[in-house]
Amino acid sequence: MTQPHLARHSASPWRLVWWRFRRHRLAMAGAVVLAVAYLVALFAEFVAPYSTEHQQVDHGGAPPQTVKVVDTSSGGWDWGLYVNGYTDHVDEETLEITYEVDHEQRIPLRFFAEGEPYKLFGLFETDRHLIGPADPDGPPVFFLGATVNGYDLFSRIVHGSRVSLTIGLVGVAASFLIGVVLGGISGYFGGWVDTAIQRLIEFFMSIPTLPLWLGLAAAVPTDWGPMQRYFTITVILSVIAWTDLARVVRGRFMALREEDFVTATALDGVGRPRLIFAHMLPSFTSHLIASATLAIPAMILAETALSFLGLGLRAPAVSWGTLLEEAQNFATLEAAPWLLLPGAAVVVIVLSFNFVGDGLRDAADPYKS
Amino acid sequence: MGKYVLRRIAYMAPTMFAISVVSFVIIQLPPGDYLTQLASGLRERGEPADQAYLDALSARYGLDEPMPVQYLQWMKGILFHGDFGMSFEWNQPVSALLADTLPFTIALTLGTLLFTWIVAFPIGIYSAVRQYSLGDYVATTVGFIGLAIPNFLLALVLVYLSRMLFGGSFVGVFSSEYAHAPWSVGRFLDLLSHLWIPVIVLGTAGTAGLIRILRANLLDELRRPYVVAGRARGMGERRLLIRYPLRIALNPFVSTIGWVLPMLVSGEVVVGTVLALPTTGPLLLGALRSQDMYLAGSIILIVSVLTVIGTLLSDLVLAWLDPRVRHQYR
Repeated sequence: MTQPHLARHSASPWRLVWWRFRRHRLAMAGAVVLAVAYLVALFAEFVAPYSTEHQQVDHGGAPPQTVKVVDTSSGGWDWGLYVNGYTDHVDEETLEITYEVDHEQRIPLRFFAEGEPYKLFGLFETDRHLIGPADPDGPPVFFLGATVNGYDLFSRIVHGSRVSLTIGLVGVAASFLIGVVLGGISGYFGGWVDTAIQRLIEFFMSIPTLPLWLGLAAAVPTDWGPMQRYFTITVILSVIAWTDLARVVRGRFMALREEDFVTATALDGVGRPRLIFAHMLPSFTSHLIASATLAIPAMILAETALSFLGLGLRAPAVSWGTLLEEAQNFATLEAAPWLLLPGAAVVVIVLSFNFVGDGLRDAADPYKS
Repeated sequence: MGKYVLRRIAYMAPTMFAISVVSFVIIQLPPGDYLTQLASGLRERGEPADQAYLDALSARYGLDEPMPVQYLQWMKGILFHGDFGMSFEWNQPVSALLADTLPFTIALTLGTLLFTWIVAFPIGIYSAVRQYSLGDYVATTVGFIGLAIPNFLLALVLVYLSRMLFGGSFVGVFSSEYAHAPWSVGRFLDLLSHLWIPVIVLGTAGTAGLIRILRANLLDELRRPYVVAGRARGMGERRLLIRYPLRIALNPFVSTIGWVLPMLVSGEVVVGTVLALPTTGPLLLGALRSQDMYLAGSIILIVSVLTVIGTLLSDLVLAWLDPRVRHQYR
């Protein structure tokens, strides 16, 4: 037997899953994007040039500035990161102020720039940001433009990733718990218990989810704090989202029940809970992880839609959904189309999760040819 | 078949009951009751609250009674008199508001369903027959993106683009000059020019899902021995495809109504709000914001019930088309 064969036959199941997953190029790309996104969320205060409270009222609706590496305006090649500044223009009749990128002005940038002080993880006090204007007292920079109220959109997207990226994980964890328990009971015991749980699942699947979510979200008291709201919304989302997972678990249990090793374990006198959780469940964990990954994007989209409609999270909480709420007005949108950029972040993350989930699903059963 | 129909309808009864209970619970969730809100609303507008009127309403909806009695009263009103309660915000019976918005909502949903089928059918077949061709990759990519874009974002982008490219407003159902005009060819064309955006926005995710399912099913069928046997006997490719595999692969077109319909209804809430359509979606959102709970609960109730009925119809059609389905249930 040759060496690679030996490696394949002696490798652990998880190693086999990893090898198979690695071959799925889109899934690998998705995994890299997600890894970067979660790192950004983790170090949000450091990555974002400004905090969520940093408001530049006199720059409301300023357009995005392109980061430039080299300045050729003076004839020679002048290296160094910079952005162009703004000129403002006041409309005589409406007194509306519009901003335009001024190619004459130059605002130098630097990495690890000095900015607002913050506490990373609530522990380390520092005032360094990944990138920012070299002169902390000089004019502000808006890489992705400013919101109507003068907040830096880039910083807000970075800070908003905390909520938007975690709500899917927390929500799926909650629905996972319900789904595995109910799906397991349904699939293992069968009979009338199964029928009852199946009817319940069919009920949840047949009703339109958004109206129900909205109805429940509207009942959340408006005076609750952001954290309380966040968890309530997560619970509301998972109350309905567990059904898909429960179906997967049930199907697997149904198939496994007939397997010889299950009969053997039962005949050995192993109790039911132990049989279910120690012997049956581990044999399809990879399938569960794949299904859970595919359930996350639906959660992210749901939170975005709820917050967009104003019934999910609310300002001052920053999430991609609450940021998009500002883009609801077409007049605003026409003046500041960059307000749609948080939506691009949503699409990229949801696509990545879908690719990774597809890759995991294909790799979940490494013993299949 | 008759037995299957009866069984399916019997299964639906508990679902309907559960929906009505959930809708009622939503009505009861916010603090305070409908009458106190009505009375304070009247006082805000400077109108004196007519105590006799309030008492009559209280008796009518059994507001002094315990919860289960209130629920029964509400259901009795709906089932026997078509009375869903009052909307205090609009100061109109809920049934009148529903009558204004439901027909258009149903028409929009069914229209989108048709659009989904018409688009997904040829693309799905093409993707399966020419697997791994350029067209297949394009369809798969577009499908992936279609599933990833939140539909309100798609609506915003489409409206923004159409305003930039063609100018004019595409929000609402009619342009201002046709808004109150009698029906004419021009008005109908104006309606169509406004409706393409909501139909595309609502239909994209469903179309993408349907293409994926049709492609997967057809690929499974095309690899079956009977297809190979048919080809070996010299059957033409077109006939070979249409005769059997397509017929079997088409089943999901009927059965997916079950999940496309709830999705469309959910999407309609968001898209209707963004595009300012006269549908139940914006009405529901407004009702929830102002805690106009009879209106909100009734919309959730009726929209869910209609979805369940749609799913039931699709199941029955499927059983009629495919004997395997009705035998499963026996």
